[in-house]
Amino acid sequence: MSLQVENLRVHYQTLRGAVKALDGATFSIADGEIMGLAGESGCGKTTLGHSLILLNSCMRYVEGRVELDGIELPIWDTSRMNAFRFKEVSIIPQYAMNAMNPTRKIGRMTSELLESRKVSFNATLPELKRRLDLVKLSHDVLNMYPIELSGGMKQRMVMVLSTLLNPSLLIADEITSALDVSSQKAVAEMLVEFRDRVFVNSMIVITHDISILYQIADSILIMYAGKLAEKASTDVIIHAPRHPYTRLLISSLPKVGVTYTEKRLSGIPGSPPLLLDPPTGCRFRERCPVAFEKCLEAPPFLEVEKGHHVACWRES
Amino acid sequence: MRRYFGRKLLIYLLTLFLAVTIDWLIPRFMPGDPVDVLMARAGSFAESTELMHAYYTQIFGLDVPLGQQYLNFWSALFRGDLGISVYVFPQPVAKVIMDAVPFDILLLVPAILLSWLAGNWFGAFAARSKRLDNTVLPLGYVLTATPYMWLAMLLAWALGIVLKIFPISGGYSYAMSPSFSWAFIGSFLEHWFLPFASLFLVGFGGWAIGMRNMIIYELEADYSHYLEALGAPRRLVRRYAFHNAVLPQLTGLALQLGVIVAGAVATEVVFSYPGIGYLILQAINTRDYFLLQGCFLFIIVGVLLANFVIDIVYVLVDPRTRTGMQGEAA
Amino acid sequence: MTTLDATKPKKKNEILYFALRNNKLKVGLAFLLFFVVLACVGPLLTRYQPYDYIGPAAEPPSSEYWFGTTTFGQDVFSQFVFGLQATFLVGIVGGGLATLIGILIGFTAGYRGGVVDELLNMLTNMVLVIPTLAVLLIIVAYLEVRGIFIESIFIGCTAWPWTARAIRAQTFSLRSRDFVDLARMSGEKSLKIIFTEIAPNMMSYLLLVFILQFGGAILIAATLDFIGLGPTNAISLGLMMNNAVLWGALILGMWWWFVPPGIAITAIVGALYVTNVGLDEVFNPKLREM
Repeated sequence: MSLQVENLRVHYQTLRGAVKALDGATFSIADGEIMGLAGESGCGKTTLGHSLILLNSCMRYVEGRVELDGIELPIWDTSRMNAFRFKEVSIIPQYAMNAMNPTRKIGRMTSELLESRKVSFNATLPELKRRLDLVKLSHDVLNMYPIELSGGMKQRMVMVLSTLLNPSLLIADEITSALDVSSQKAVAEMLVEFRDRVFVNSMIVITHDISILYQIADSILIMYAGKLAEKASTDVIIHAPRHPYTRLLISSLPKVGVTYTEKRLSGIPGSPPLLLDPPTGCRFRERCPVAFEKCLEAPPFLEVEKGHHVACWRES
Repeated sequence: MRRYFGRKLLIYLLTLFLAVTIDWLIPRFMPGDPVDVLMARAGSFAESTELMHAYYTQIFGLDVPLGQQYLNFWSALFRGDLGISVYVFPQPVAKVIMDAVPFDILLLVPAILLSWLAGNWFGAFAARSKRLDNTVLPLGYVLTATPYMWLAMLLAWALGIVLKIFPISGGYSYAMSPSFSWAFIGSFLEHWFLPFASLFLVGFGGWAIGMRNMIIYELEADYSHYLEALGAPRRLVRRYAFHNAVLPQLTGLALQLGVIVAGAVATEVVFSYPGIGYLILQAINTRDYFLLQGCFLFIIVGVLLANFVIDIVYVLVDPRTRTGMQGEAA
Repeated sequence: MTTLDATKPKKKNEILYFALRNNKLKVGLAFLLFFVVLACVGPLLTRYQPYDYIGPAAEPPSSEYWFGTTTFGQDVFSQFVFGLQATFLVGIVGGGLATLIGILIGFTAGYRGGVVDELLNMLTNMVLVIPTLAVLLIIVAYLEVRGIFIESIFIGCTAWPWTARAIRAQTFSLRSRDFVDLARMSGEKSLKIIFTEIAPNMMSYLLLVFILQFGGAILIAATLDFIGLGPTNAISLGLMMNNAVLWGALILGMWWWFVPPGIAITAIVGALYVTNVGLDEVFNPKLREM
């Protein structure tokens, strides 16, 4: 197994107490698998993604175990974690367009970054150039400042940079959110190509846009209010979801080619709970159409059939 | 970029023109006749008064119409002639100023540069640890809130009078005259140290605080987080943050020049240090408006030049100005 | 049912909440308050006027003369408290005027852009570079008798450039926001937009700017007084220092004459800067300590 996560809990420390943003995540990803991580804003997907590589100053690691290729990742220890960053685990951040130092030429920044990680820039240069060709960026880019590039070009450059050392796990955080639809397609296809050429072993693609995941993901993990709701192959999630939340989510998506004349687009009434003091039991029960008494007890994330996990009393 | 510099040059020339004009106006708009002042000091018999008056008026070029005087001023400027001083008549103003300039340059240039460099370095250093930050920050605020002349007074009194380590007046021992001997240089340094120290300390405080704030801002930027996520050592992240934080400090330096000049004037007054600041004070007190005029001209040109140099350096150092950001970064 | 109600405190209360907890703000304001009280109450505590000859010359501080006397036998404490009043006056009037002019020019330049912006920029640059000492000299020579007020006006008219620049930058970033576009599209006049849409969002910034100008004005006034370009008919802390140096306080070791005014200025300006930082933290959530 490539990535194994067991009962990961990460909270945010605020003046009013701990916000339980990620409260017990257990799942695994196989070699070469692209897993989509989807859910509403605030469901904890970005927290999950970031906790695997860099905890920012507000995050507090509470408990949990993360294993990558059989080695435990010391995510609570930021200095020991450094050995893994960039080389084993890498990230394409949400702010990719601002991710490069505006006052350094891109090539120079890349070389300084690589050298600081004890990787020879000269040795890596040929491969870097090949990858630039792959994403259709001219080699001249290395001689330019970030301000001279368009948003899409910067995004592609960051993609190349983040995957340059062939990490085992790549976390792609909302990388299509700021793009137009055709750019989204190009970027999504690039991700798949990176995986196919084994630049990257496995990938977590964080997004709230399930349609992208439908195109490129092998499996999808749905999160709700800091907890995992359902994980299954893409086909199953889209066509045969079992968790009530997933079902409502999928059915609320408009379908291409269908005109809605009679009905309004149905959403899910209500809103997710605040995670400062989350409700006991299943966090979806207040909005769930099929909730019953057992839901006052938190449902475990169980494997109901091969490769399909659901956290719902109705389904287990 | 040519457009950027062209516009800058235009503004500088316009400012120079305006400033020189104001400068020229100083003696002429003062109440009273500068010649009368000179005459009052000379003291004379009634009969010769008329003659002397005419003579002096001619020397100072005041006998021609105002417009002509203005043009004469400009032409004299280009010849390097700044008129004749009343205070130390009949020495030409240019010479009086030139005698004072080396003292000023030797005082101001090290004080400004060193306080800027040291302050920036220290501010960046302080941003590293919380404990250091908590001691450096209050110190910096106190230093930058201290008026230049008061720190000068304190140093003069503490180190000069009480502890008797340094002399507190003059640019060099009154028993000597300027030469390139070791004795003179030693005496000069002795007299130079306290004025330098007071200018340095106040400036240092301000730059340290500014830099610390800028560094913290840069360390929170997206590119810093990205580098950390890719495992870059703190060294690299700090280096980038420092480089980016220095840029606004450079602009700040240009803005502060006026303040620093005023501070230098005050400091020189406290120590009777023979720089242009001290000259200005003497000129004010003796109503030597031509000397005043020359001093200000010198300061104006100096400040404009320094601003221009800083502008050039800034463009060289910040690539963003080269590739299309028009106007100035505020 | 344990979903939280809307218990998030309203915006005004939130500001107050953080304001009461910010150490820098508390310390800074405490110092300021101390000196303000001293300036108001001090003159009532002394029966002398600053320039009265009331006693023996060059006396160190004693129970009779709290801050000692000058070389002329004037009471230093009286000079000090009256000087404090003058200092605060200059700070408020000078700093306030500079802030006002800076705001006006900054807003107009930032909002209008284009030619207006270019012109105002040029004006700002010129005022920035011209040694204002020269202009002051001319003014000073004409006014044989001048008071604190004139000095404040002068400072106000010459210290505004950096404020104008800063406000212009802020206005630039705000005017491209959606709510301003909306107001413009609904036909509101420019002036109204500036005052009702942009300014309220910059309120905290304007306050911070004023505090810095206040401190700056005090420092400038002190320096001008010290060189001899200050008021002729009043006493100020800078003038005290000027007199002290002129009449040999340094050489005679009369520290009580020049140390108190300096401490006062340093403390007041320092307190203003620290208050400024504290307020910045209160207004800007990103800077708050966890």
